[in-house]
Amino acid sequence: MTWSATARGAHQPDNTAFTQQRLPAWQPLLSASIALPLFFCAGLAFIGLGLGLYYSSNGIKELEYDYTGDSGTGNCSVCAAAGQGRAPPPPCSCAWYFSLPELFQGPVYLYYELTNFYQNNRRYSVSRDDAQLSGLPSALRHPVNECAPYQFSAAGLPIAPCGAIANSLFNDSFSLWHQRLPGGLYVEVPLDRSGIAWWTDYHVKFRNPPLVNGSLALAFQGTAPPPNWRRPVYELSPDPNNTGFINQDFVVWMRTAALPTFRKLYARIRQGNYSAGLPRGAYRVNITYNYPVRAFGGHKLLIFSSISWMGGKNPFLGIAYLVVGSLCILTGFVMLIVYIRYQDQDDDYEE
Amino acid sequence: MEREPAGTEEPGPPGRRRRREGRTRTVRSNLLPPPGAEDPAAGAAKGERRRRRGCAQHLADNRLKTTKYTLLSFLPKNLFEQFHRPANVYFVFIALLNFVPAVNAFQPGLALAPVLFILAITAFRDLWEDYSRHRSDHKINHLGCLVFSREEKKYVNRFWKEIHVGDFVRLRCNEIFPADILLLSSSDPDGLCHIETANLDGETNLKRRQVVRGFSELVSEFNPLTFTSVIECEKPNNDLSRFRGCIIHDNGKKAGLYKENLLLRGCTLRNTDAVVGIVIYAGHETKALLNNSGPRYKRSKLERQMNGDVLWCVLLLVCMSLFSAVGHGLWIWRYQEKKSLFYVPTSDGSSLSPVTAAVYSFLTMIIVLQVLIPISLYVSIEIVKACQVYFINQDVQLYDEETDSQLQCRALNITEDLGQIQYIFSDKTGTLTENKMVFRRCTVSGVEYSHDANAQRLARYQEADSEEEEVVPRGGSVSQRSSIGSHQSVRVVHRTQSTKSHRRTGSRAEAKRASMLSKHTAFSSPMEKDITPDPKLLEKVSECDKSLAVARHQEHPLAHLSPELSDVFDFFIALTICNTVVVTCPDQPRTKVRVRFELKSPVKTIEDFLRRFTPSCLTSGCSSIGSLAAHKSNHKSGSGFLSTPSSDGMLLRLERLDQPTSAITSNGYSSQADDWASELAQEQEPERELRYEAESPDEAALVYAARAYNCVLVERLHDQVSVELPHLGRLTFELLHTLGFDSIRKRMSVVIRHPLTDEINVYTKGADSVVMDLLQPCSSVDARGRHQKKIRSKTQNYLNLYGAEGLRTLCIAKRVLSKEEYACWLQSHLEAESSLENSEELLFQSAIRLETNLHLLGATGIEDRLQDGVPETISKLRQAGLQIWVLTGDKQETAVNIAYACKLLDHDEEVITLNATSQEACAALLDQCLRYVQSRGLQRAPEKTKGKVSMRFSSLCPPSMSTASGRSPSLVIDGRSLAYALEKNLEDKFLFLAKQCRSVLCCRSTPLQKSMVVKLVRSKLKAMTLAIGDGANDVSMIQVADVGVGISGQEGMQAVMASDFAVPKFRYLERLLILHGHWCYSRLANMVLYFFYKNTQRMSVQRQSSLLGLYLPSRPRPIAVEQVGLLTHTVTSAKSFDVLELQIPSLYVG
Repeated sequence: MTWSATARGAHQPDNTAFTQQRLPAWQPLLSASIALPLFFCAGLAFIGLGLGLYYSSNGIKELEYDYTGDSGTGNCSVCAAAGQGRAPPPPCSCAWYFSLPELFQGPVYLYYELTNFYQNNRRYSVSRDDAQLSGLPSALRHPVNECAPYQFSAAGLPIAPCGAIANSLFNDSFSLWHQRLPGGLYVEVPLDRSGIAWWTDYHVKFRNPPLVNGSLALAFQGTAPPPNWRRPVYELSPDPNNTGFINQDFVVWMRTAALPTFRKLYARIRQGNYSAGLPRGAYRVNITYNYPVRAFGGHKLLIFSSISWMGGKNPFLGIAYLVVGSLCILTGFVMLIVYIRYQDQDDDYEE
Repeated sequence: MEREPAGTEEPGPPGRRRRREGRTRTVRSNLLPPPGAEDPAAGAAKGERRRRRGCAQHLADNRLKTTKYTLLSFLPKNLFEQFHRPANVYFVFIALLNFVPAVNAFQPGLALAPVLFILAITAFRDLWEDYSRHRSDHKINHLGCLVFSREEKKYVNRFWKEIHVGDFVRLRCNEIFPADILLLSSSDPDGLCHIETANLDGETNLKRRQVVRGFSELVSEFNPLTFTSVIECEKPNNDLSRFRGCIIHDNGKKAGLYKENLLLRGCTLRNTDAVVGIVIYAGHETKALLNNSGPRYKRSKLERQMNGDVLWCVLLLVCMSLFSAVGHGLWIWRYQEKKSLFYVPTSDGSSLSPVTAAVYSFLTMIIVLQVLIPISLYVSIEIVKACQVYFINQDVQLYDEETDSQLQCRALNITEDLGQIQYIFSDKTGTLTENKMVFRRCTVSGVEYSHDANAQRLARYQEADSEEEEVVPRGGSVSQRSSIGSHQSVRVVHRTQSTKSHRRTGSRAEAKRASMLSKHTAFSSPMEKDITPDPKLLEKVSECDKSLAVARHQEHPLAHLSPELSDVFDFFIALTICNTVVVTCPDQPRTKVRVRFELKSPVKTIEDFLRRFTPSCLTSGCSSIGSLAAHKSNHKSGSGFLSTPSSDGMLLRLERLDQPTSAITSNGYSSQADDWASELAQEQEPERELRYEAESPDEAALVYAARAYNCVLVERLHDQVSVELPHLGRLTFELLHTLGFDSIRKRMSVVIRHPLTDEINVYTKGADSVVMDLLQPCSSVDARGRHQKKIRSKTQNYLNLYGAEGLRTLCIAKRVLSKEEYACWLQSHLEAESSLENSEELLFQSAIRLETNLHLLGATGIEDRLQDGVPETISKLRQAGLQIWVLTGDKQETAVNIAYACKLLDHDEEVITLNATSQEACAALLDQCLRYVQSRGLQRAPEKTKGKVSMRFSSLCPPSMSTASGRSPSLVIDGRSLAYALEKNLEDKFLFLAKQCRSVLCCRSTPLQKSMVVKLVRSKLKAMTLAIGDGANDVSMIQVADVGVGISGQEGMQAVMASDFAVPKFRYLERLLILHGHWCYSRLANMVLYFFYKNTQRMSVQRQSSLLGLYLPSRPRPIAVEQVGLLTHTVTSAKSFDVLELQIPSLYVG
């Protein structure tokens, strides 16, 4: 029998990096010399970032007006009172007057804000038919069950657009008038109402159903508008590129908000003389007051705002960064003190 | 004796094969026509078929079926089983919840997909496993085997699955037994056969089985057709080491059946040409299959803890869902009346009541927040553990080259428990030591023989072993066996480096070769075999030999020797034959050339006894006993003369037997027998190739020692032992009884008839503590008695000396029995043997009766060498904060000595020894020790502040850092005191004391005590315990501990079979615990924590939004957490993590 010592035993395991757990690996060893600078650096970076954010947020100018019409808050209270208790509130208009002592730096955005409006309610937010909104003819006739009870009208016709979201479309409208000189004539400020929706929403997600004989109205024949709507969907705007499902206001509304207090873009002011912003002077906003919010304790606000590189006014982000940064530095100091204090004893302990 | 039960057990109704009632089973031959059946000639074949069918109804046939499913039952059964897991039920519940429209949160189909996926994977795995089981079953079921066929009147080949209880099976050499078979006939003239039980218990030594008494006498070949006896035996059970039953012959005679008659399924026939037997248990009723209980399932501590955490998660989930539900209800209640634009009524326009909405919301929230309950965690943990087991198995540093074995993880799910061990309970023999027994020294008749040359030889092995560099031998191995080699080594004391390493590799190569042969375990490294005899003793032995050779034909040959020399002679005879060593020649079945005695086997009946002993030498002065009274005889030795005529039959028989008897007894060792012996010697010229296979290695050591003194065991059959001496030639001892070793008696005995004196001798070998108490009380009146007394005290001194050296001591004693004593004892012994109930107890009593009034011959000291690296391992484990207890059955001195040798005890530390003889004394001692320890504890109180750091992590672990300097004492306790200390009222004190001690050593402890200690520490201290051992006596301790480690060493496989992890050597424990245990634990713990963190993170997003009434449909992608579990290293620097980890064992505690 021959046998040599170099022969491997039958059960000898393979000596590879994998089986012997020798694969290269790295893990930071969080010693004081690494952790302390890390904390200080992170703290400083956070504070710097926080300061930047805070100041740029502070530089943003905002002008807002609550036109809900609580009694004694301007002329919209008339409209509010008129709409009280009436199922479809009667058409009513009111106005908001304000004056700018200096130039409102552009570009200026016009928002409307709703409070206490739970667009994020689960049953509300699923109450839509995306297939229908993307222009699918079959879905137009047969809205999904999620739309119920706004799926079919009382007459049995499919509702287009179906669902609670569409039904609760915000239908106030605004126009802005500028009085250059005191006592002078009010000139309408052009509001750019195109391009207020997301590009993907407007171009991809929302599509009109194919036209029948070149007519959108015919395409929607056999459907009913949502119960709260006064006009069918194809008459939202005379502009063929802004009517039907691709009406920009509609598209903006259909992108539901995450919080019960939300703003939605109404228009941008960037045309004509107003591309630089709103010059000083007196202004008037004509408001067509339709949307009832007082029933559930909500408020409607109108907001002019400029924006910066970081978006709209948002002081929270900057403050959060500042707080976290300070905490980091504070912890760093505490750890530094602990480290210096107990360093010698640790050495003893190791030995 | 027990006729009545026999009468009741007569087969009752026709066709009935087994009686359901009662505790026994009755087996009859299948070849017999059933009593009262139709004409056997007419419907033989039909009848057989019918009977077979009948059999199948009552008894399990030999078909092996381990599959769980059939094609039809697979789906429902598998699903049913899968739904026993709460996780699956939960999964499906959540998925089904999605189908309720009012509640659904996700797409119903989508939610069901992962559940179905998991169920399908599990089902597929089960199916695959079942299929492979089916395939292996099929293979086994279709193995062939010779079964006696009634129609063809000969053995025909049948499949295993076609074997039924009551069939006759014939097996040839190296075949595997298909069922549990009662051995009825063997080709061996003695009615013996050898089997190897490696498949059953992993032990590779040959075991002897014996034909049922009454069948061994058959001269002609066994004919199954004539077998009409009825076998009664136990119901099928799983006890491998026990079988009781009896066989009832036609004439109403009854014979007992023992486990020596039973061939178990799965064993292999060795060294025997062919055997025939009747099937007793078949198929799933065989002992092997009843023992097959599958892997054990232990739940790890981490898992238990995790289960608690998961329950908290469930509680949290319910709370949060409840909170959300209430909130939702309130919201609904607030807004639905107000015609809010965003309030959506139900589809039919009506509005839900806030309460209903809240209930729906509750269910929805449970779906949405389900990630909080980490169901996937269980799956991930399974995967990670499987990988960990793989890595541990694959660790090349846990591979033992010598035995070609690696660490085996037998329990798959407690890897991380390895990282939390606080107490280690270790066996000593075979665990800390090698259990390679080497004969070191002996004392005979009060004279000590130090065997200095032998000690030097051993020292050289030690040296060579510690030599790490070694020359790789080129080509074939060099075997340096044979006694010549050993003699050479006497002369050449100083060897050069190269020969040393050469020798070492030689031994290693040999060990390897032996394991590759794998047929026989090698208890036989040259170190154990080549014993250098002490010249003084050798001289005495040869003197004995010579003078006996001269005096052999005289009347009392031994009387010519001086008492000392006769003791020396008896001592070596006892060493050679007082054991159960089997002599085998490798690779060939025994060739039968031997002197046949008059009749078979040890004496089994009184008549047998009379038959055999009356004509031979009964000492003249004996008084007659019982039936013997009639045959009182005085006669000369060797003559067949019978003085008192007895009944005719008896006389006739005796005379018939007279011829061969006298031929043997008178001139059995005359020229004729000598010729035989020399013939034999020639025939077995390569006699050195004899292999001794012993059940325990110290038996083999003693036989090898005797061989070194030219007293060679050449053959052992079940009724005779042959010893060869250079001048005397071959002496054949008639072996009357072997009373095996047990842990209560702590001794074994053989009863033989001495060929030279024709006396009946009892040789006893056992632990000194018991044997010394059983010695014949010697009167101090006469000179002989005084001399004896002196010898005894001298021997006791030497025994103490041996103990202090760490040697295992055994006392050898002898007793000469008079015929009457023997006859008297024999009667009770036979009764004990044949009783069906509590025969074990009776046999035990019988053995105790025999082993009294012994004459001390001498004592031996056997060295058990420490395994490599034991002291280092122990100190490392200590540094890691583990407390090590040694529980051994050895005597206190030996144990303490070994403890010093392996650095468990330190010479400059205090040792508290607890030896109490009574309960009260033990209590008092404990109190005293406690006070002492506490007073010490107070003194070093200021040091303790630092210890608290580690106390916080594991409060039960002693502050390891402070002990290093703080000198806590060690505790040594012996078995008796331990028994007292483990009593209910003292155990707390004992534990408290033991907790204070650095190490604890329990000597003389029984297996039961071992397990009690472990249980006590586990339950009272709530500590994680690990038990490590190698022998059958450690099994209970291994099973009780949280983690059981078996050493796959010398003493069979029982410990390994019971263990969770099997390591080849003790030193691998260090790497297993400190490296793998720590890794497994920290990785798994990190993974679990990370899992909980991840899930709560994911959940908190949902939670935050739900507070605002928001619902987020999208689910963040989970990160592959398994990677975290597998690939993180605790200590990271440079390349070798393991090195660092092993260098800083204190990491283990943290």
